[in-house]
Amino acid sequence: MLEAYLPVLVHFLVVLALGLIILGLSAWVGVKRPSPEKLAPYECGMPPVGDARERFSISFYLVGMLFILFDVEVAFLFPWAVVYKSLKWPGFLEMFLYIAILLAGYLYIWKKGALDWSR
Amino acid sequence: MITVQASDFIRILPQEILSAFAILVMVFEPFLPSSRKVVLGWFSLLGVVAAGAAAVRTSYSLGPAFNASIAADPFSIYFIALFLLVAALCLLGSFNYLQRDNINHGEFYALILMGTVGMCFMAASTELIMIFLGLEISSLSTYVLAGFKRHDGLSNEASLKYFLLGSFATAFFLYGIAFVYGLTGTTNLMTLSERLSRTGTGGTPLLWVAIVLMFIGLGFKVSTAPFHVWTPDVYQGAPAPVTAFLSVGPKAAAFAVILRIFLGAFHAVGSVSFQMLWLSAILTMVVGNLAALWQSNVKRLLAYSAIAHAGYVLVGIAAGSAEGVSAVLFYLTVYALMNVGAFILIAPIAGTGERALRVEDYTGLGYTRPGVAACLTVFMLSLGGIPTTAGFLGKFYLFRAAIHAHLIGLVIVAVLTSVVSVYYYLRLVVVMYMREGQPQATSEPLPLALRVALATSVIGIFVLGLFPLLLKKKGEAEASPRHTKLAQVR
Amino acid sequence: MIAPLFYIFAGLAIVAALSVVLQRTPVYSALSLILVLCSLAVIYLLLGAQFLAVIQVIVYAGAIMVLFVFVIMLLNARQESPTDHSLFARRLGLPLLAVFLAEVIFVVVGHFSGTVFAAGATFDGGPGAVGGLLFRNYVLPFEVTSILILVAVMGAVVLAKKQL
Repeated sequence: MLEAYLPVLVHFLVVLALGLIILGLSAWVGVKRPSPEKLAPYECGMPPVGDARERFSISFYLVGMLFILFDVEVAFLFPWAVVYKSLKWPGFLEMFLYIAILLAGYLYIWKKGALDWSR
Repeated sequence: MITVQASDFIRILPQEILSAFAILVMVFEPFLPSSRKVVLGWFSLLGVVAAGAAAVRTSYSLGPAFNASIAADPFSIYFIALFLLVAALCLLGSFNYLQRDNINHGEFYALILMGTVGMCFMAASTELIMIFLGLEISSLSTYVLAGFKRHDGLSNEASLKYFLLGSFATAFFLYGIAFVYGLTGTTNLMTLSERLSRTGTGGTPLLWVAIVLMFIGLGFKVSTAPFHVWTPDVYQGAPAPVTAFLSVGPKAAAFAVILRIFLGAFHAVGSVSFQMLWLSAILTMVVGNLAALWQSNVKRLLAYSAIAHAGYVLVGIAAGSAEGVSAVLFYLTVYALMNVGAFILIAPIAGTGERALRVEDYTGLGYTRPGVAACLTVFMLSLGGIPTTAGFLGKFYLFRAAIHAHLIGLVIVAVLTSVVSVYYYLRLVVVMYMREGQPQATSEPLPLALRVALATSVIGIFVLGLFPLLLKKKGEAEASPRHTKLAQVR
Repeated sequence: MIAPLFYIFAGLAIVAALSVVLQRTPVYSALSLILVLCSLAVIYLLLGAQFLAVIQVIVYAGAIMVLFVFVIMLLNARQESPTDHSLFARRLGLPLLAVFLAEVIFVVVGHFSGTVFAAGATFDGGPGAVGGLLFRNYVLPFEVTSILILVAVMGAVVLAKKQL
């Protein structure tokens, strides 16, 4: 079973090596002539405005939290999909009930305006 | 093969009905204007009543459900009825409070209902995973409820403290479950009890670690010393009806789990549980009662008193006999009546924003508001365990069970600390009646819903105090089938 | 093959966990936590719990860490200034912690010495096996999870929404 994950391990090792090689080579071979312009943080070509570390709006948190909750919901769908055929109708009803309950939650946050950024 | 049958659904009918009502309340919440939110409150109350009817229906088809992860037995029906009573009283006590303090949101009712669902699952489950889920549901909803006054610093602090320490404690509980599973290969309490008594793994230190870890998690919920430090801050900061709810509901649910786990599944390893319960009971009674002496804030005073009462209940559990279990069941109902009553009565006295909470604020209340003062006096006398109130009989049964189990030292400590407790309960009564002065407390008349809740509590306290057998007989019946083998635990 | 991998990733998890606690900058702690969670995922994988390993990465290292970072930015937490360590923690907390750790090690080692740990090959923890258990034997916990999520949804809205 575990052998099946060998390519994943190899992939990780290659990624790790590649990253190290690129960083190492550019540090070793690259020419460094720093100037204030070059040292400034890159912000899409715009002149940087203020400090990057400022307080974020709580709305980010709310969206993040709701994302996690529905992420967890979706995580249950994977094993369900795999055994769906052998579960037959009861399995369908189980997941239907589950999704229906969470749909109520979705309706709630929608009508509540929690997905609305400005409210 | 899927083994779910129709009877399985009937055996969790109260939980299903409560969940359905909670979901409906949640969905309708955004559609109602702020002035009409109280409709949701009455609707929730209807849900609680319907769940009560469902519990009666369930009691006619008892048995295990869902692969033995649920046990619909008299024990769980008793606790479900208790939780429904607590939820109903708290709902009645909260309608006016929410409007007055401008936190009139329907989520409050939905969270109370869902918290109750979680507690019902805790009491009814014989599967550690289900118990954990119930614990999480009830905990999460009470964390949020504690912070329901969103613009109040104390309430925010209460929510945060309760959440951080609570999730830490739940992690301990989960850790314990993991050890138990690792040792026995099961999370089902029935199978667990069978395997433990068969293989005689009663002696492995690893199991002791598991037991202690689980007790820490549950001990936090029932606020036993030394896991009680959160209690005063949370009880003080949370809105008063919420305090009423969380000082009784999650506590009783955790006691139900303690009874099921430590006296039921782990009876093969009784000695470890016993020493732990014994030590915790003594610590809790002493710490709770002594600290309550110095409190000047009524909510904090009642918080320490709630800690002390958890200690008395532990005395009954430590007795480990069927008699002890029956005494615990009786006491929890009595405790629910007097504690919920006291906390929902504090809310109108304290006024908008809960300002008048010091003991001195109650000066002369006996003359300006005789009805309110009389109710509060009943609750205080019952909490103090004065005869003719149910509080006295509750303690009497607990201590008697402990004496029959030869726990003389424990009973001596319990009686001594109870005597100390009378001082601080009576202090409030003395301030109300014996001191002249203008009370800071507000003088608006009590709303009808609150009166109904208070009347229920007061009448309940006297009825149980004078005719305890109405409930005690039931409690004995409940305790007998599962826990008779506990008599020889030690 | 499994044992050395286990020790590598268990060691990595411990080192990263220490780094979570010891880092002064909260973002570094959060990044270390990702490493802890990923190492744990590998350990799950070694035990044969493939589905759990993937979920661990998706839900914990992915989603929940996002929330951690949001909170750090929300609080605008910069480098922590060292506190004068509380006497209570140093005199009582650390010794108690050491005693607890020693106890657990003693008990666990004593109990399991000589036992062969579950090897990945003998145990199937793929999505199919998990699904079979979850949707047959543990239907009720599964459905009840939806209520738990609803409570969390309401909790997030009540506590974090600007206007209710």
